[in-house]
Amino acid sequence: MDDLIKYAPDLLAGFLENVKLSLICGALALVLGTVLVAARVAPTPVLRAAGTLYVNVVRNTPLTLVLAFSSLGLSDTIGLTFSETPSTNSFWLVVFGLSAYTATFVCEALRAGINTVPLGQAEAARAIGLTFLQSLRLIILPQAFRTVVAPLGSVMIAMIKNTTVAIAGGYLMESAFRMRDTFDDTGVSIPIFLGLVVAFMAVTLPVGFVTSRLASKLAVAR
Amino acid sequence: MIALRGLTKEFPGGVRALDGLDLEIADGEFFALLGPSGCGKTTLLRTIAGLETPTSGNIWIGGTEVTSVPPGKRDVAMVFQDYALFPHMDVTANVAYPLRIRKVPRARREARAAETASRLSLSELLARRPAQLSGGQQQRVALARAVACHPRAFLFDEPLSNLDARLRLEARTFLKRLQRELAVTTVFVTHDQGEALALTDRIAVMSAGRFTQVGTPTEVFQRPANTFTAAFIGSTPMNLLPGTAGDGALRVAGAVLPLPGGVPDGPIVYGVRPEYMDLSLTPRADAFAGKVAVVENLGTAHLVTLESGEHLIQTVVPEGAEPSPGTAAWAVPRPGRALVYRDDRLVSPCPANGANR
Repeated sequence: MDDLIKYAPDLLAGFLENVKLSLICGALALVLGTVLVAARVAPTPVLRAAGTLYVNVVRNTPLTLVLAFSSLGLSDTIGLTFSETPSTNSFWLVVFGLSAYTATFVCEALRAGINTVPLGQAEAARAIGLTFLQSLRLIILPQAFRTVVAPLGSVMIAMIKNTTVAIAGGYLMESAFRMRDTFDDTGVSIPIFLGLVVAFMAVTLPVGFVTSRLASKLAVAR
Repeated sequence: MIALRGLTKEFPGGVRALDGLDLEIADGEFFALLGPSGCGKTTLLRTIAGLETPTSGNIWIGGTEVTSVPPGKRDVAMVFQDYALFPHMDVTANVAYPLRIRKVPRARREARAAETASRLSLSELLARRPAQLSGGQQQRVALARAVACHPRAFLFDEPLSNLDARLRLEARTFLKRLQRELAVTTVFVTHDQGEALALTDRIAVMSAGRFTQVGTPTEVFQRPANTFTAAFIGSTPMNLLPGTAGDGALRVAGAVLPLPGGVPDGPIVYGVRPEYMDLSLTPRADAFAGKVAVVENLGTAHLVTLESGEHLIQTVVPEGAEPSPGTAAWAVPRPGRALVYRDDRLVSPCPANGANR
């Protein structure tokens, strides 16, 4: 217990990095996932193929590999840099990798939602003169989003927990790495473990609760 | 005016849903596309709407060729069978939505939505979502969405078929009055011959992607150009019996019937509606003899099925006059009501002019 109290400020600073990563990646993954799903249901075969390829490749690659590729491949080898400061650079590389990875799950959740929207809706939208993108944005996606709020919540929870593998992308500030770092000084400390678990639950439980409440509130009655 | 020239739609796999259709629908006309499932009527409507692209042929709406114009630019409004109301919008937003797409200012489109809604008795429901409406109300919202656009034509895809029977009759009358008031060209797809007869100015009967007959309800009902149309139109199925013409008489299923003018000797198909026959309980030569097999109560009348050799002959008798099953009876066709077909074309009475395409 003393260990937990002693290292709490340090661990908390690490945990705030997890929260920061979660917020940024969550927003980016939602946006990118929506773009991906638009490609996957587009009338253009090339776009559909590109969307499918991206989702199948990235979704089936272990996250640690995606992050390692971001830092070692994209940054070190190809030269993609977000900042001159190494820790800021690796923060954004992790954001990049984790968003790209989570977006595939967002995309698939949304696609399931789109499949619940009757075909007639798209036809009616076309009949009154909406283009593909307009009907997607104004008619199809608003309905699709509402049906998949709960699954999207699960995707977000998984993503929040996935911020703890940021080390794979070379980012050393987040809490799970801090914890292991701490263990070098203290030896393995059960209270520190539990403290971190509680911290994560304090974030993920409300996400689950809020999304399932939203899901029933927003459900599209047909 | 809507015009079609040689309109053909072939789906991948070689199914010809539309097979070289030519048609002109006049301004303000209420026009029905009638036929069984799979005859191509909905495909034709969707092609007029622009939701399907024809394989060949052309479409004009109001004098403009629209064959390759996208649906939103054809100035037509479609009402779908399942209404396709947008469930995440209230009634006002649903009705005003097409106007919003056309960039009509908010105040104007909401005024137009309110005005249209009041015409369709929806004023109380403007703030509701589609799921909070009954089937009949949803159907009127779908109509309102079409009416509010002030289009050049309405395209209705079986808009009444999702309503229960009683409501369907009310909606039918309502729809006819609305179309008369608005005087907008309307194409109405239905598989219900009663709806087509009751509502429209002209009917195109379709089968296998072609028109079997185009004519007014009276023409199509009284002078069906071929046996398909004859069998399809009418609330009771028409009796169609093989026979021969010769020696100044028609011989059909054991009956000797007067030979109408204009029928050359040879094999024929004799058609008579059950409503146009009377039942006699005494033998007659000019009647179909048979045994009463089934009696069906139609409310104000009874549909009697006679077993006559290998044929089944149906006739309608007034209430109170129904025979009991098993008795011998004779079905007497009323003079002047018979339809005579040779090679599946009407030869008597003279086919209505231009009705046969």
